[in-house]
Amino acid sequence: MHDLDKIVAEAIAAFDAVADPAELEQAKARYLGKQGALTERLKGLGKLATDARREEGARINAAKDRIEAALAARRRAIADARLESRLAEEALDVTLPGRGLARGGLHPASRTLERIERIFRSIGFDVADGPEIETDFHNFTALNTPEDHPARSMHDTFYVAGGKAGPVLLRTHTSPIQIRHMQSHVARYRHLPVMPEIRAIAPGRVYRVDSDATHSPMFHQVEGLWIGEDVSFADLKGVLTAFLQKFYEDETVRTRFRPSFFPFTEPSAEVDMTCVFCHGAGCRVCSHTGWLEVAGSGEVHPNVLRHCGIDPERYIGFAFGMGPDRMTMLRYGIDDLRLFYEGDLRFLQQFV
Amino acid sequence: MKFSEAWLRTLVDPKLPTRGLATALTMAGLEVDALEPVAPPFTKVVVAKVLEVAQHPNADKLTLCRVDVGEEAPRAIVCGAPNVRAGMKVPCALAGAELPGGLAIKVATVRGVQSDGMLCSARELGLSDDHSGLLALPEDAPVGEDYRRYARLDDMLFTLKLTPNRGDCLSLLGIAREVSILTGAALSEPALHPVARAIDDRREIRLDAPAGCPRYCGRIIRGVDARAPTPAWMVERLERAGLRSISAIVDVTNYVMLELGQPLHAFDDAKLEGAIVVRWARPGEKLVLINGKEHALERDVLMIADERKALALAGIMGGLESEISLDTRDVFLEAAFFDPKAIAGRPRRLNMTSDASYRFERGVDPGITVRAMERGAELIVALCGGKAGPISETHDEAKMPARKPVPLRTGRAAKILGVRLGDEDIARILGQLKLRFERNADGFLVAPPTHRFDLEIEEDLVEEVARVHGYDNIPTRPPAARMAMLPLPEARRSIWALKHLLCGREYFEVINYSFVEAAWEADFAGNADPIALENPIAAQMSVMRSSLIGGLVGVLRHNFARQVDRVRVFETGRAFLRTDAPPDEAHAATAVKGYDQPHRIAGLAYGTAYGEQWGEKARRVDFFDVKGDVEALIAPHRAGFVPAPHPALHPGRSARVELNGQPLGWIGELHPKWLQKYELPAPAVVFELDLDPLLAVSLPRYAEVSRFPAVVRDLAMVVAEEVAAQAMLGALAAGKPAVVTDVKLFDLYRGSGVEKGRKSLAFRVVMQDTARTLTDAEVEAAMAHLTGILVSRFGGKLRS
Repeated sequence: MHDLDKIVAEAIAAFDAVADPAELEQAKARYLGKQGALTERLKGLGKLATDARREEGARINAAKDRIEAALAARRRAIADARLESRLAEEALDVTLPGRGLARGGLHPASRTLERIERIFRSIGFDVADGPEIETDFHNFTALNTPEDHPARSMHDTFYVAGGKAGPVLLRTHTSPIQIRHMQSHVARYRHLPVMPEIRAIAPGRVYRVDSDATHSPMFHQVEGLWIGEDVSFADLKGVLTAFLQKFYEDETVRTRFRPSFFPFTEPSAEVDMTCVFCHGAGCRVCSHTGWLEVAGSGEVHPNVLRHCGIDPERYIGFAFGMGPDRMTMLRYGIDDLRLFYEGDLRFLQQFV
Repeated sequence: MKFSEAWLRTLVDPKLPTRGLATALTMAGLEVDALEPVAPPFTKVVVAKVLEVAQHPNADKLTLCRVDVGEEAPRAIVCGAPNVRAGMKVPCALAGAELPGGLAIKVATVRGVQSDGMLCSARELGLSDDHSGLLALPEDAPVGEDYRRYARLDDMLFTLKLTPNRGDCLSLLGIAREVSILTGAALSEPALHPVARAIDDRREIRLDAPAGCPRYCGRIIRGVDARAPTPAWMVERLERAGLRSISAIVDVTNYVMLELGQPLHAFDDAKLEGAIVVRWARPGEKLVLINGKEHALERDVLMIADERKALALAGIMGGLESEISLDTRDVFLEAAFFDPKAIAGRPRRLNMTSDASYRFERGVDPGITVRAMERGAELIVALCGGKAGPISETHDEAKMPARKPVPLRTGRAAKILGVRLGDEDIARILGQLKLRFERNADGFLVAPPTHRFDLEIEEDLVEEVARVHGYDNIPTRPPAARMAMLPLPEARRSIWALKHLLCGREYFEVINYSFVEAAWEADFAGNADPIALENPIAAQMSVMRSSLIGGLVGVLRHNFARQVDRVRVFETGRAFLRTDAPPDEAHAATAVKGYDQPHRIAGLAYGTAYGEQWGEKARRVDFFDVKGDVEALIAPHRAGFVPAPHPALHPGRSARVELNGQPLGWIGELHPKWLQKYELPAPAVVFELDLDPLLAVSLPRYAEVSRFPAVVRDLAMVVAEEVAAQAMLGALAAGKPAVVTDVKLFDLYRGSGVEKGRKSLAFRVVMQDTARTLTDAEVEAAMAHLTGILVSRFGGKLRS
């Protein structure tokens, strides 16, 4: 008995002494292999009497179980240790910056245009488009601004050289898109007894002969148009007020509609909103008036509707035009419009 | 329109403070653009008389004055002004005065002499920049009077930004009329004391162009003293309206124009010969104007002439020859009504606007002609003396502007405004507007007054009603509409998807001007004849771009000059090209004949492929980096890339991009000669694609996913350098057996084992069937087939 315990103790010590799985298997062979110490003992059992054989056999088997358990434990320990050291070796400095491309970004004016589009889409406005080299007819005449109308001097117009069929110009506003959109809408739904409502915005580049810190010879406008059987000035006030509150994410924004004049609307209104910086208290940005001029608007002039084949007695509605560049400047606190058109990455990278 | 509040309040004096008046005007559509005091605040400045001027005992450049400030004893004041002299009257700041800029006046000792106040220059009082000497006051200025009160400095200057429809408000009378309507304060019209006719001299008037000038008044005033001074009150009102005082007669014409809105013109009667003729310009006619310039006139310009020669451009500017001077003795005064259509546009065309043309273009009240003539003659005679003849008034009734009655339906007004208004509300508002009206079944028939050119249709009246009712009192109604879902075609993506895709690949969006310099068009688009602007703002913005590449190179240069040496930018926008082709049907509604204006998307990459980082080896961005971006933009479509030359691009590194065989755009490295010309030390890769075809995408279509194992085999082929990879891939895709599901190019090799002038391309072939596991024989057969294609079509040899 004493010697069996000794063999077990020796085996455990031998297992503990090795750290390599191959050596562990060699050590195992010394005790449990064909010539192993315990195997030799088992071979000797045949020489014993039946009772003694049973007794001795049980003891040897118990010793074998102990050795096998020790072996399994040692195998696990070695595997664990190996895994541990591998994990330790594989550890990364996870604080190193990630690899590959970074992100670019939209131009701030584009951010604004995308938001405007989303907000108006949410109440069923479609997006319309039109050409930037435009005819004098669409830019002025169809908008109730015939040649020599004093209102033409409100827009300093770029003319394209050599217009063959009448003067051709760079559109001075997005309003000509109104005309084109209404005309194609009318053509599309001519067969219906009631014309579906026209609800559209038209964002785009416009051009005027003007250049300083607050004027660029090219800038953006967004035109809006809603024509239906009963679309009134009160609706115009509602839509623009709600829009400005959503755009600036500020339900306290108030609007002020002032009588004004545009040849293509009547009644016409300039739209002011409470200053986004001082909330109406008066500050440098709003020239201490508390108000910021943000849009021109009005009920579409009956002559304009007639030009597009719409009966003004039956359908009325409103149009508005606003300046997304200025809205962008107000929203992000940009104070020089020229930055918009210089492509300076140090400016653009702020809008990732 | 600029004017003094004090002047306005002589005509209408509402119980509103200045700011309230300004708000009322602004909210009624007469926007107050500026509101500024005539003089900055200062106190304790009085009119003083210098009694005696003596040399300062201790300073060469100073004087010691005895000054009467209206007290019992004169004060001793030290003065340094060069123009000080005994007997002059000047403003004097007393001890305790506070002057603009925070200067406080105290009794002070100047070089050992006590000075009890300060004599002031115009600049010290903030009245002008004049600091050449003391501000000399008129001899009759009352000594001791508060100077602010004396000079009426507690006055505000209003500047209105008037809209073109409100020509009737280009006068004090017009604004007063409006203020009276808005506030209910009584209007007291400017006084008029007609001068009696003292002589019989008159000139005949012939209206040869009655459509342009249906009414003309003329009057001779003989024996005037054109050198008479303009009284201070008139100078002050003119100056506060932004007009310089010139001479008494000119000042009177300007004054009446400001007061009543009717421009007057004064001719030197001695220069006139016979009758006055109002006619259109004759072919080839020329006239030297008072600005000294000779103008050739077109036949639609209205002229004032006499029987021998042209005198003036009617309603725009007078001629030099008949201009009045300080020596003029006899004046012929004109007051006329010129139809807005006869004036409109001409001043801009002739590049010659005047206060008169500004008013005539917008409409001068045809009912005020005679009254203005009376007022002008009254003031000239009062200021310059002289004897006035009778007024010659000629008009053509048929050509006078007709003010047709305009219907106003109550229901229509309510519908347009979205506000409940009854007949009585509207009647009350029309009454307040002083508009004459009759009632009828639907509402009203309104007769607009002669000065309201802008009330022509019902909507004009609706605006008037709304204006007086107050836009603020119209409800702000949340929009109500029948809900209709917008179509959202899945096979169409928005431009935003493309923009965001490029942002995700580290491109920044830029917005460049659509007009560029002609050299960019030549260099980057090979366009020697770009669409030019007639009136560009600068030479480098003189032609419309036909390509977006120039602008992107400009952005690169701008940033490179600011030490930014890695640039990835893109732009979307239109290019502008000439075309003779009619627009296709889809674009007809948005087309302009002769011009093609396609939307484009273009990008540029310069510098390292990746931003500076520890985990990637720094390398320059190359063609294939950007090609990957372009392929991502075009996906799910697959574009073809065809080697082809482009004026902007390196001939060996440029490709035309094609979609379904149609050209879509270009990609390539900038041509080295442009890198040199535009001072860029390293290659830039650019692309430019038509945007519209990219917006259409295909709907995904499901194909069965196989449950059987795939077989993957590689095929390495050695071919001549000139063979294009895309051609080989295309041939494999077109000729592959059905079991081949995918072929990818995974390796390109040149060097040992491959002879010079040839390259090895390795393809990975995936084979699979949805119904069963492929046999070895099938796999071998498929590979042999693919190999055969490459060998026979491209002279390939299997790489051993």
